[in-house]
Amino acid sequence: MNGAAQVTPQAVEYIRILPEIVLTIFGIIIMMLDPLMDERRSQRTLGAVGLVGALAAIVATLYQSQYPGVGFWGMVNVDSFSVFFHFLVTAVTAVVILTSYEYMEVQQIRAGEYYGLILFGAVGMCLMSSAVELVLIFIALEISSISTYILAGFRRRAAISSESSVKYFLLGSFATAFFLYGVALMFGATGSTSIAVIGQVLASGQPPVLAYVGIALMFVGLGFKVAAAPFHVWTPDVYEGAPAPIVGFMSTAPKAAVFAVLLRILFEAHAPGRLWLIWVVAALSMTLGNIGALVQDNVKRLLAYSSIAHAGYLLVAFAALPANGIPAAMFYTASYAAMNVGAFAVVSHLASAGERYVTMEDYAGLGRRSPLLAATLTIFLLSLIGIPATGGFFAKFYVFSAALQANLVGLVIIGVLNSAVGAYYYLRVIVVMYMREARQEVPVSPVPLGLGVALAISAVATIYLGVLPGRVLEYATRSAGDLLR
Amino acid sequence: MQPVATTFFFYLLSGAAILGGVLVITRKNPVHSALALIMTLLAQAGLYLMLYAPFVAGVQIILYAGGIMVLFLFVIMLVNIEKVQKQEQFNKQWLVGIVAAAALGVLFVLVYMKGESLFPKHVVRLAEESNTQEIAVLLYGQYMFAFEIASLLLLVAIIGAVVMAKKRI
Amino acid sequence: MVPLSYYLVLSGILFACGVTGFLIKRNIITIFMSIELMLNGVNLSFVAFAAQWGKLSGQIFVFFVMVVAAAEAAVGLAIIIAVYRTRETLNVDQVNLLKL
Repeated sequence: MNGAAQVTPQAVEYIRILPEIVLTIFGIIIMMLDPLMDERRSQRTLGAVGLVGALAAIVATLYQSQYPGVGFWGMVNVDSFSVFFHFLVTAVTAVVILTSYEYMEVQQIRAGEYYGLILFGAVGMCLMSSAVELVLIFIALEISSISTYILAGFRRRAAISSESSVKYFLLGSFATAFFLYGVALMFGATGSTSIAVIGQVLASGQPPVLAYVGIALMFVGLGFKVAAAPFHVWTPDVYEGAPAPIVGFMSTAPKAAVFAVLLRILFEAHAPGRLWLIWVVAALSMTLGNIGALVQDNVKRLLAYSSIAHAGYLLVAFAALPANGIPAAMFYTASYAAMNVGAFAVVSHLASAGERYVTMEDYAGLGRRSPLLAATLTIFLLSLIGIPATGGFFAKFYVFSAALQANLVGLVIIGVLNSAVGAYYYLRVIVVMYMREARQEVPVSPVPLGLGVALAISAVATIYLGVLPGRVLEYATRSAGDLLR
Repeated sequence: MQPVATTFFFYLLSGAAILGGVLVITRKNPVHSALALIMTLLAQAGLYLMLYAPFVAGVQIILYAGGIMVLFLFVIMLVNIEKVQKQEQFNKQWLVGIVAAAALGVLFVLVYMKGESLFPKHVVRLAEESNTQEIAVLLYGQYMFAFEIASLLLLVAIIGAVVMAKKRI
Repeated sequence: MVPLSYYLVLSGILFACGVTGFLIKRNIITIFMSIELMLNGVNLSFVAFAAQWGKLSGQIFVFFVMVVAAAEAAVGLAIIIAVYRTRETLNVDQVNLLKL
C-alpha cells in the first residue's frame, strides 16, 4: 500500500479540496437555516447564502490554483486542468443561483433544499474534474447526478416535472451501470482503478481486449450523461419538464464535468481505440440534434436538441490530436456554458408562473416590448450559431481546425454542414422576436436585479470569449500540457 | 478454509442467480420480481464467498437483500399493484430490446472466451481470515477521501428523498 | 476449481438480463429492479477481478457501488412515489418514458 507511512493527510491536501469544502459548508448552512426561518421570507436569504457560497468557492479555486499537486493518496489531483473546470462549474453555479432568485418567487416554490442541492451538486461536479481515481470519479458523478435528478422534479405543480425527474433518473442510472461495467472491465484489464496506473499499463504494451470493451462501455455511460446521440432520447423531455434555471444548470455544469472526466480517461489514461467510436457518436449527435431542433416549437425543447448538437461539435475535438483537441474542447465547454446559461436565464424570465410561455409564438414581438432582453437573447443565439465576435465562433473554429489538423476532413464537413442547418432554427427565433407582431399579449415583467446581473455576466463572458479568446485558449493549452504530461 | 466441491456450488449458485434474474424480468407481479431479485442477491453472496470476499458477501446480504430490497417491497406495497397487474407487462419495443440485450450478452461472452488465455488458470488466494481487517485498513487509509465523500452522497440522497416524497413544496 | 472466466460470463449474463428488463418492461419499479440486476452483474465481475489480481481494491469498489445503489434506491423510490401521486400509474407508456 503506497502512503502507508503517512497516516494523516497534510494541511496542504485540504487546500486541494478547498472549493468542495466551502461548497459543502455553505450547503449545510442552508439546510440548517431552512427550518429555522419563516417559509415565506426565507427564499431570498437562502439564495443569498447560496450565492455567497458559490462566490467563496470561486475565491477558494483561485487560492487553490497556487497549490497544485496530488492529495489523499492519489485520489485528487489539482492541476490547471482541474482549476479550469472548478472555475467554470462554480461560476455557472453562481449565475444559476442569481437566475433562480426571481424564478423561485414567480413559480412559488418554497424550498431551501433547492439551493442546497445546487451547491451539493456543484461539489460533485468540481470533484469530477479533479478526481484521478475511478472510485472517486464514480462517487462524484453520482453526487452530481442525484442532485440533478431531484432538481429536475422541483416544479411540483406540473405533472410533467416529476415525469422528467423519473425519466432522467431511470436513464441516468442505466447509464451509470454501463459506466461501472466499463470500469470493472478496465480494472480487470489493468488491475487498477487509478487513472495514472491505468495509463502506465495501457501505454506500456498492446492493450488487452478487455480494455477496448471497457473504454467503449465507459464511453456509452458518459455519453448518456452528456446527451450525445444515440444516447440522447431523454434530453428533450427532461429539459421540457425541468425548471428553466435548472435546465441552464444541467445542460452546462454537469456536462462540462463529464467532459472533463472523458478527457482524463481518454487522454491521461491513454485509452485505446477511441477514434472510430467518437467519430460515429460526434457525427450522429450533430446530425440528429440539428434535425430534431428544426421541427421544435417549444423553445426549451429547441435548446435541448441544440445541446445535443453542441455535444456533437464538442466530441469532434476529442477525435483530434490531444495537443490541439484538449484545449479546443475546454474552450468549447467554457463558451457553451456562458451562452447556454444566459439563454436559459432569458427563457426562465419569460416563462412566468407555471412556465406558461415557452413556445415560439410567445416570443413574437419581444424585440419591441423588451428590446434589452431581446438583444441579450440575440447575442446568445448568435453565439450558438457561431457568428464571429461571439464565443461560439471561436469555439467552433478551434474545434474544427483541430480536427482538420488530424485529417478528419469528413467529420469537419459534417460539422460545417450541420452548423448551417443549426443557423436556420436559431435565426428563426430571432426573426420571430423582431419581425413578427405579438398575436396575444404575453406579459413581460421588468428584469429584476439578480437576473440582470446574471444576464450581464453571461453576455460579457460570451462576447469576451469571442473578442479576446487568447488568454483562455492559452490557459487551456497549458492545462492540456499538464494533462498529457 | 480450503474450498470444497467448488464446481458443484458454482453451478448451483449461478443457476439460482440466473433463474432469479430471468424471473425478475418475466414476472408480472412486482412482488414476485422483488423476491426473485432477492434470490439472485443471496446466490451472489454465496459466489462472493467462493471468491474470497466474505466482507462483501456480508454487506451484500445485510445492505442489499436486507435493506434495499425491503425498501423496494415497501414501495410496491404503497402503490396499487392490482392495477399494475392488469396492465400489459411488456412495451412495444420488446423485440428490439431482447435483440439488443442478446447481442450485448453474446459480446460479453465472446470477450471472456477470447480473453480466457489472459486470465490465470487458478484464482489467486486472498487471505480470507483477515479480509475484513484489510478492507478496513484500505478504507480508512488509501480510500479515506472516497469514504468521507460518500457521506455527502448519502446526505444528498436523504435530502432528495425527503423533498421528492413531500406532498407539496 | 472453476475457472475465473465462468464467473465473468455469469456476470455478463446477469448484466444482459438487467438490460433486457430495462428495455422491455413497462412497470417503473421493475425497470428499476432491472437496473439493480445490472449493478449486481458489475459487482460480481469486480469481485472476480479482485480475486484474479489478488487486489482488494476491487472489493472496495463493490462496497462503494453498494453505497451508491442504496442512495439511488432511496431517491429513485421517492421519485416513483411522486410520479404515482400525480399520475396514479406506474406504466412507462403513460408516463411517456421513451417518447422520441
